[in-house]
Order: sequence, then structure tokens, then C-alpha cells
Amino acid sequence: MTSDKSTIDTPNADGVPADDVPPPAVEALDPRLLIREEGLKGYLIEFKRKMRGGELGSLPVVVALIIIWTIFQLKDSLFLSSTNMVNISYFLAGTGMIAVGLVFVLLLGEIDLSVASVSGLASALFAVFATTHGINTWLAALLTVGIGAGIGAFQGFFFAKIGVPAFVVTLAGNLGWNGLMLWVLGDTGSLSLSDNGPMHLLGQRSFFMDQDIAGAYILATLAVAALLIGSLIDQSRRRKVGVPFRATSEIVLRVAVLAVVSYAVAYVLNKSDGVPNALVIFLAALIICDFVLRRTTFGRKVFAVGGSIEGARRAGINVALIRIVVFAISGGFAALGGLFLAAQTYTATLGAGTGQLLMLAIAAAVIGGTSLFGGRGNVWSALLGMLVIQSIQTGLDLLNMNTSIQYMITGAVLLAAVVVDSVSRRTQRSSGRA
Amino acid sequence: MSATPVLALRGVSKRFGAVQALTDVELEVHAGEVVALVGDNGAGKSTLVKTIAGVHPIDEGIIEWEGRSVSINRPQDAQHLGVATVYQDLALCDNLDVVGNLYLGRELLRLGTLDEVTMEQRARELLNTLSIRIPSVRIPIASLSGGQRQVVAIARALIGEPKVVILDEPTAALGVEQTAQVLDLIERLRERGLGVLLISHNMADVTAVADTVHVLRLGKNNGSFPVKGTSNEEIIAAITGATDNAVTRRQARNAEAAK
Repeated sequence: MTSDKSTIDTPNADGVPADDVPPPAVEALDPRLLIREEGLKGYLIEFKRKMRGGELGSLPVVVALIIIWTIFQLKDSLFLSSTNMVNISYFLAGTGMIAVGLVFVLLLGEIDLSVASVSGLASALFAVFATTHGINTWLAALLTVGIGAGIGAFQGFFFAKIGVPAFVVTLAGNLGWNGLMLWVLGDTGSLSLSDNGPMHLLGQRSFFMDQDIAGAYILATLAVAALLIGSLIDQSRRRKVGVPFRATSEIVLRVAVLAVVSYAVAYVLNKSDGVPNALVIFLAALIICDFVLRRTTFGRKVFAVGGSIEGARRAGINVALIRIVVFAISGGFAALGGLFLAAQTYTATLGAGTGQLLMLAIAAAVIGGTSLFGGRGNVWSALLGMLVIQSIQTGLDLLNMNTSIQYMITGAVLLAAVVVDSVSRRTQRSSGRA
Repeated sequence: MSATPVLALRGVSKRFGAVQALTDVELEVHAGEVVALVGDNGAGKSTLVKTIAGVHPIDEGIIEWEGRSVSINRPQDAQHLGVATVYQDLALCDNLDVVGNLYLGRELLRLGTLDEVTMEQRARELLNTLSIRIPSVRIPIASLSGGQRQVVAIARALIGEPKVVILDEPTAALGVEQTAQVLDLIERLRERGLGVLLISHNMADVTAVADTVHVLRLGKNNGSFPVKGTSNEEIIAAITGATDNAVTRRQARNAEAAK
């Protein structure tokens, strides 16, 4: 790079040859780049560097999970039993669905405080549609989720088009939709739901492939095969066009880790009843959302808006539309979560969507590693976060802890998660990665 | 240099309420030419750029594109014509990687999903042809230095294959080495046959890369100079209006009085 006056005054004459060195066969790399070395060793070095740089990813969750499971197992030997694991995996799906919607909103750097109330309203609406008006239960469920999405879009409109802070709009919604739920249920108080259609599918006695042992293993095999084939196809495409690709050893390591985890889970769940259908649907939703966020232009736009609103706008992205759609997604998932929660007891109660549900859903998303500051995170954090939350909930239930204690512990866990998020963001800033 | 300018402004005026921001401004940008637009704060440089970029539609006058009169009312209009603007604040998304930023808003698709492999390949090719050195195209923008961000922002402007690139103060916040890199890049844009409109306060940068200097003063043209054969002092005099100020007026009066 010559930049002295003489070369600039006479461009192309003697300025070019300096730059015209034939490109090396292997592209010259910036010497300052701490590049990932090929193979397993490089993977470990990269991992250590990320940790130091504050890119903790899902590590805090895994650590937290191990600590929590150890403590509860020491207190009550039933905690790690397969029956209890099936319980945890079943009950995490409902709140988890709400958390999935929240992840989208958090990626924008916003918050939706109305999700719990919307989920409560959804259970009430579904009960009224299906029980009082006798609408087909599947249609009623579809209608309910649609209304949830509509509510989200309505709130998103006030935020995106009118410019009211999302925090205030959804706080108003939190109260308003709860009021609407009470009005919908009216004098009847609570409505019971019959054990059929979507309610049966999401209920506690519904398992994948009717508790067939093969069911869990089929799911595990599908997951492992999908990752393996996907990684290999990606590797060969990248190799063909000459861009950096994952080393085979790294792919093998990742696939092996997934295989160990998923077959272990399948084995444990199979020792009891198998894989709850609610969990299967939750996982399917996660896969779809992950695909949407990482592989579609819509997902890319969500991340862009979360990273820099001005940058997104200049790139021609309709920021208001993205915001409204994301809040609609959040509302839709909140309603879906409400149906999951209603199916747990086959009732729509006046208490649905109140209490700590909102805090649990937010905590799940944040604990799982989705940043409150926008632009960073993924939907899998809903699953990881819910594992932590539901383990605590179930553990405290096993120990017959009071609600008062539960609330305090949940509050403390949420605080801890936000502290980890803030600290890791600060570390990332100081090491230039945020 | 072609006879017809790629972009020409004929008698462009722009008002904001009671303020006449631009009055009868003329400007021509040819293919393969670097035109510097200089002027003091409030001279109307930014307003002029924004009229071309479609942020502020013009009130009077004509914008000609390759000889045809066009109307630019929205940023999209300018983009469709082939005008790419790199604003001073860059507006990159810190959380996305270099490839993500380069292709933001015009992602390549394969079977309806993002074609990351092709985007990465093309991004590397583009950065290589522009001799842009960044550690990796897969690191987030947050990890890059100011100069690297600037060249990424300029490279992003080239993804849409524009014919005119507008650079707003591209070297304002950069160090010596980074400034040189950006100036190199501007020369490479000229070699590729693009018209470049460079807004700058820095006379050294302007004389280093520009072919023509247009001076704006109080929203009006105040001279257009070929860089070769024009001294910095002449340009600065045009910027500050040094030919018409308290000092020169006093000198003129004194000269008359002496007669």
C-alpha cells in the first residue's frame, strides 16, 4: 500500500506495480488474525479464546444445570429418576413456547411483557370456542393462535408506527389482556376442557408413537443424521468453491456430542413413558424457528434490526414491518404456549397467565443466552433456559417448597442470568466483539 | 472520460421552510472521475448529497442520469438508478459478520434460503479485487477497526454494481494508514470506471485523489476547479469566500481612499 505523495500524483504509472504482485495461491491472511487452526486442536483454542472474550454461548447454562441437578439430587434422590425427567421434559414445553416468541422480540432488543396475559387469554378463548360454542377443537386452536398473533401485531403497530416504547405498550397489554381474559371467562370462573383433539395431543398422557420404545430412538437418530448430513453437504460445497470449511474432525466431534446427548435423553425418557408429544412439538417449533432465523432473509433482517436500526433502514429493510411481524410472532407463540399450559390441567382458569409465568418465560430466554440488548441469541436458548427453570420448579415441588420460596428463587435466577448477560456483553465490548 | 456525464445536476434548488439550502446548484460526475465536493460547514454539501441519494427530493431543477432527466424521490429510486451512498456514520450492523453486512438487504438465495457459501465466496473475491485486507469475512463488524469498517462500508456500496458512489467524509475519523487505504480504494473505484462523488473537509485527501473540485458556499456553486493546476489556497479561498470578506473589502476601500 503505497500512499506517499509521488505515487498519488501520478496514478497508474508507478502506483500499480506495487499492488500488482500476482495473488498468492493461498490468500494472504492478516497476520493479526488469530485464525482457527485446522482440526480439533484449533477448535479447542478457538473455544478458549471465545470464553475469554466473553462469548460464553451456552456454557453458563450447562454449568448451572449441572449445579442445579447435583443439589436437587442430593436433597431428593428421586430428582434424577426417569419419571421426574419425563415430567421436566413435559412441563418445560408450555412456558418454552412462550419463551420462543420472546427470543424473537429480544433479538430486536425489545421486550414483550404481555406474553403471559396473552397466553392466559388464549386458554380462555380456546375454552369458550371449544366448550361453550362447540367449535371444532383444531379450528378453535388455530383461531386462538391467530388471535394471539393479531394481538401481537396490534401491540407491534403501536410500537413500530406510533413510536410508543414497546415496554409501555406491552405493559399496558399485560393488564389489558388479563382483564379481557377475566371478562371472557366471566361468571363461569373456569372452564374444563375435554381430553381430545389438540388438548389430548398436548396433555400429560400423550407420548410420541404411543410410548413405543422405538419412538425416542427414531427422534434421536433423525437429529444426529440431520446434523451429520447437513454438515457434510455444507463442507463439500464450501470445499468446492474454496472458502473455509469445518474440519472433518470438528464435524465428527459435534455430531458425536449431539449423538451422546440425544441417545442418552432417549434412553432416560424411554425408561419411563417415552417422549411427551408436547416436547416433540416444542422441538419441532425450535427447529423451524432456528431455520427461519438463520437461513432466511427474514431472520437476517431481524438480526440486522437488532444490531443497528439505522443500518437496517439504510439497507432498505422495512424496519416497522419487521417489528410488527416479530411482535405478531411473539403473540402467536404466547397463545400457543397458553394452549400447552391449559392442556396440562385440561382447564382454562382465571389464574392462567398470572403469577410468575412472565418472569419464567423471560428468564428462560435470557438464561439460555439470548441477549436483552438485541442482536445476539438463538431460539435454542428457550430450550436450555427452560431446562434450568423447569428443573428448579420441579425440584422445589419435589421438596414441597412454599410458593414464597419459589418466587424468590426464580427472581434470583433471573437476576443472575441478566448479570451474566451484562457482564459477558461488557467483556465482549472490551475485547471488541460486540 | 465520456462526453455525457453519468450524473448531472442542473439548477437544483432545495428549501427547508425559511432556509434556502441549495440555490441553482450545478454538478457533473463522469464515469471514471473522482469529483470532490468541498465547502464549509452549512455550505449545503450534505443536503446536496441527500438530494442525490433520494433522502430529500429537490424543489427545483433537473437531475440528469446518463443524459436523461430523472426524478429521485426515495432512496430506492437512487439505488435503482445505480447511486450508492456511503454515509459518514457507516450504519453497519455490529452484530452481523462482514458477509452479512455486505449483502444486507440483497441477500443471495438458493432454494429460497440464504446462500451463505456463494455470498462468502463473492465477498472474498470482491474484497480481494479491491485489495481490502480484513482478518476474515466471517468475523462480526464489531471486531474491525474504524478504517476496516470504512472499507467494508464502501465495499458494501459496490455489491449492487452502482455507477456512481457517493462517499460522505470517508476519512474523517481515520488514522494515517487507514486514510491511505481508503484513498487507494477510491482510486481503484475510478479504475473500475465508477463515478465517485467525494465529500471532504480534508484538502490533502481532495488533492490526492480528486480530478475535479466543486466548491459550495452558502448553498451556491462557488467555483469548480481541476485539481491539477489549482493551488490549495485558491480552493480554500473559494470555500471561505476569502475574495469577499471584511479584510478584502477594507483593502479595497483603503485602495480607493488612497487614490
